[in-house]
Amino acid sequence: MPDSGVGDRLARREDKRFLTGKGRYTDDINRHGQAYAYFLRSPVAHARLKSVDTAAAESAPGVIAVFTGKDMEADGVGSLPCGWVVTDRHGNPHKAPPHFPLVRDKARYVGDHVAMVIAESLGQAKDAADLIELDFEELPAVVDIMKARGSGQIHDDAPENLCYDWELGDSAAVDEAFAKAAHVTKLDLVNNRLVPNAMEPRAAIGEWDPGTEEYTVYSTSQNPHLLRLILCAFVLNLPESKVRVIAPDVGGGFGSKIFAYAEETACTWASKKIGGRPVKWTADRGEAFLSDAHGRDHVTHCELALDADGRFLGMKVDTTANMGAYLSSFATSVPTYLYATLLAGQYTTPVIYANVKAVFTNTAPVDAYRGAGRPEATYVVERLVEVEARETGKDPAELRRLNFIKPDQFPYQTPVALQYDIGDYEPSLDKALEMIDYKGFGQRKAESEAKGKLRGIGLSAYIEACGIAPSAVVGSLGAGVGLWESATVRFNATGTVSVMTGSHSHGQGHETTFAQVVAEKLGIPYDNVEIVHGDTGRIPMGMGTYGSRSLAVGGSAIVKACDKIIEKSKKIAAHLMEASEADIEFKDGQFTVAGTDKSKAMAEIAFTAYVPHNYPEGVEPGLDETAFYDPLNFTYPAGVHVAEVEIDPDTGITTIADWVAVDDFGNVINPLIVEGQVHGGIAQGVGQALIENTVYDRETGQLLTGSYMDYAMPRADNFPSFRVETTVSACTHNPLGVKGCGEAGAIAAPAALMNAITDALGVEIDMPATPEKVWRAAQSRLQQAAE
Amino acid sequence: MLTVSMTVNGKQVSKEVEPRTLLVQFLREQLGLTGTHVGCDTSQCGACVVHLDGTSVKACTLLAAQAEGAEVTTIEGLAQNGELHPMQAAFKEHHGLQCGFCTPGMVMSAVDLLKHNADPSDREIREWLQGNICRCTGYHNIVKAIQAAAQTMRG
Ligand code: FES
Ligand code: FES
Repeated sequence: MPDSGVGDRLARREDKRFLTGKGRYTDDINRHGQAYAYFLRSPVAHARLKSVDTAAAESAPGVIAVFTGKDMEADGVGSLPCGWVVTDRHGNPHKAPPHFPLVRDKARYVGDHVAMVIAESLGQAKDAADLIELDFEELPAVVDIMKARGSGQIHDDAPENLCYDWELGDSAAVDEAFAKAAHVTKLDLVNNRLVPNAMEPRAAIGEWDPGTEEYTVYSTSQNPHLLRLILCAFVLNLPESKVRVIAPDVGGGFGSKIFAYAEETACTWASKKIGGRPVKWTADRGEAFLSDAHGRDHVTHCELALDADGRFLGMKVDTTANMGAYLSSFATSVPTYLYATLLAGQYTTPVIYANVKAVFTNTAPVDAYRGAGRPEATYVVERLVEVEARETGKDPAELRRLNFIKPDQFPYQTPVALQYDIGDYEPSLDKALEMIDYKGFGQRKAESEAKGKLRGIGLSAYIEACGIAPSAVVGSLGAGVGLWESATVRFNATGTVSVMTGSHSHGQGHETTFAQVVAEKLGIPYDNVEIVHGDTGRIPMGMGTYGSRSLAVGGSAIVKACDKIIEKSKKIAAHLMEASEADIEFKDGQFTVAGTDKSKAMAEIAFTAYVPHNYPEGVEPGLDETAFYDPLNFTYPAGVHVAEVEIDPDTGITTIADWVAVDDFGNVINPLIVEGQVHGGIAQGVGQALIENTVYDRETGQLLTGSYMDYAMPRADNFPSFRVETTVSACTHNPLGVKGCGEAGAIAAPAALMNAITDALGVEIDMPATPEKVWRAAQSRLQQAAE
Repeated sequence: MLTVSMTVNGKQVSKEVEPRTLLVQFLREQLGLTGTHVGCDTSQCGACVVHLDGTSVKACTLLAAQAEGAEVTTIEGLAQNGELHPMQAAFKEHHGLQCGFCTPGMVMSAVDLLKHNADPSDREIREWLQGNICRCTGYHNIVKAIQAAAQTMRG
């Protein structure tokens, strides 16, 4: 197959529709007779509702219905669940207060859903919402996570606003290691709160068919099957067989579209309440800021102990993590199993102890955002290592090298539960140092200084755990779902192939990559393979896309289904060629009888399977196979990013002078797409480190950064071009040898950039390194130098 | 209600609209041209960029009535006779898009840039794109695609 198999830089087939304006995003869909929903949101952070008077709104022009939490309660609507139960230090499950789609007793953050207005037009719905009279008793807002435990209680069943106090690792062993240390580095770190900001705002259409009593939900979801499961089993109490969720083209997710939200739930429920008219809701950007699940938001104290030779002896980490006002779908797993388990990084640190306290505050719920826990872990490890190197006068690259897990130590059991199957860290480090010309840095620094500028260099040797798995293990750790993936590979009689995958593409290019895999595997033309995703009505089952799992888990399911196709085809080929099945060989789309020149093409077999006039006995007609793949382990992509910055001490502006990334993603199917994923990840990581920050007013809990006027989004001129390379140690336990690449950049980048900036400044500052903060730090340094 | 008339992608259109209707709403809701997107409510993201009499504008920042009598080109009108415009082709070839949501606005902005500056530097491209936010690509491949298109269009 020319240039369309595994390893080829194939331009994406989905691009044509996006480039010509023919993409079909949820808001582009309009259903016959649809009505428009608008949500009245709480204007205050914390209040007890006394009454919600909807009478005037109900009689406003164009209004079809107004609903409140009371209506949902009367109808038996349940709570939005959190799907991962974390067991605390004392063996108790985390506190899981109810999270109703429309509030019933209290509003708990600015933007919380108080009422839903449905009208003939959006304008009418908004106008009517203005007429709703709210009577509430305002309560003090809990905003600062370090003070949350001593503040007024947000949920009756969560004393001290504590969701859980969780630990991992052997605290006594760590204390012992620290007692023997030659040097201990201590750091206080803030992992700033971010708003994911996929460019397509969330949207939903709920539609109930009074004839069939079936629901159809169009939603901007990263995982339509999971959304269906949550809607049916937890919130609306419906049979899954009566609900179809369609996630059409989705304009980016980065985690924020994994979760089941109030709005799609309410639209689905409301459509039946108003007799079956479709109910459409599209967030405006302001609503997205208020009500999308946010990311990160940790405060951490951490310590790393070294022996006299520079070997890591132990690590202690104490983190407080913000859950926001309610638990979003997977919130509890992020600062625990996706965070503390990664604290070994690429190193042989023998003992690690982490204590994580998760608290409720009167802010929007916090959940997985690109990297989810792993950027926070990498930030802790890689900032500690860098500062330790500075404090002990060691070269940061060499300190890392000394402590790397060596290739012959794999599989490597870390002290924080994970077992890395494979890795080879030095080649990535060497390549990155060479690309950035590490040796020439001194010269470049001198040149910058001659111009009155500060220059710094920073490394980040990250690791991540992707393709979250296996189901039995995550189940034992509290996950409420299985984390397999499914695929159906269906030959059509004429030789084209439809592949139904439970993974969901919202920018990742599955329609191209997956087709490359199938074309190569079955030896058929790439153009004959069609990838179908994002519709529970067309795809048997699925777990969706997050955690860089699509290729490692979803791709593996596709390979397994292809294997079943080949197995069955061999039986048919053997019959047609009058040979024994054991003698049939398959290569490049041809079935041959070993040692003869007899052969049959894949397409012929497919045709025979559907027109089985001459057919083996006992074999079913058709060529259509489904496989489920449950991985044996996580995959462990790793790599080294190096950032070089130049800072103008007069303005505080940081310019990224250079960026190199060397990543080991295992085997790569489409390098063009993989590089794009790395670029995008770096940009989000740089955004976090340099400019992005979510600020709530400390007193009132009002969101102060609620638009693109106040929340700094990275723009084209914030970046240089990136230089991106890969090394390969193939994953040992999935059939493609792939690891995942979607989150690496966002995981590696913040530590690399902050290491570079603090190297230039010579003092510690927290993210984001805004010009004001950098300027103050630079000025205080200059002053000190002058004194 | 008032009647607005304009030429959109070469076709004369005339519709009754509420006076407060934005150009982007007119295109998406009245004409069904959903290629022009809405990514924000503060005129910052550029997902809505179209050409008005040959110049890029943010269609969320203009009333439909302000486009009375104008020639409007949207992303749907850029490809000619089924052939991608060189900018569209370059975005595809260089993977200048991922989720595709910012893409129509990016492409329309970039086409306008090259009208002003046929041979821009990377820096000039990045500065021109300040009004277009992309959350997916990190801009690297967008800059590359625009450079490639510029080269093709210079011939
Ligand atoms: S929609 Fe964001 S600038 Fe127009
Ligand atoms: S491609 Fe997704 S926002 Fe640009």
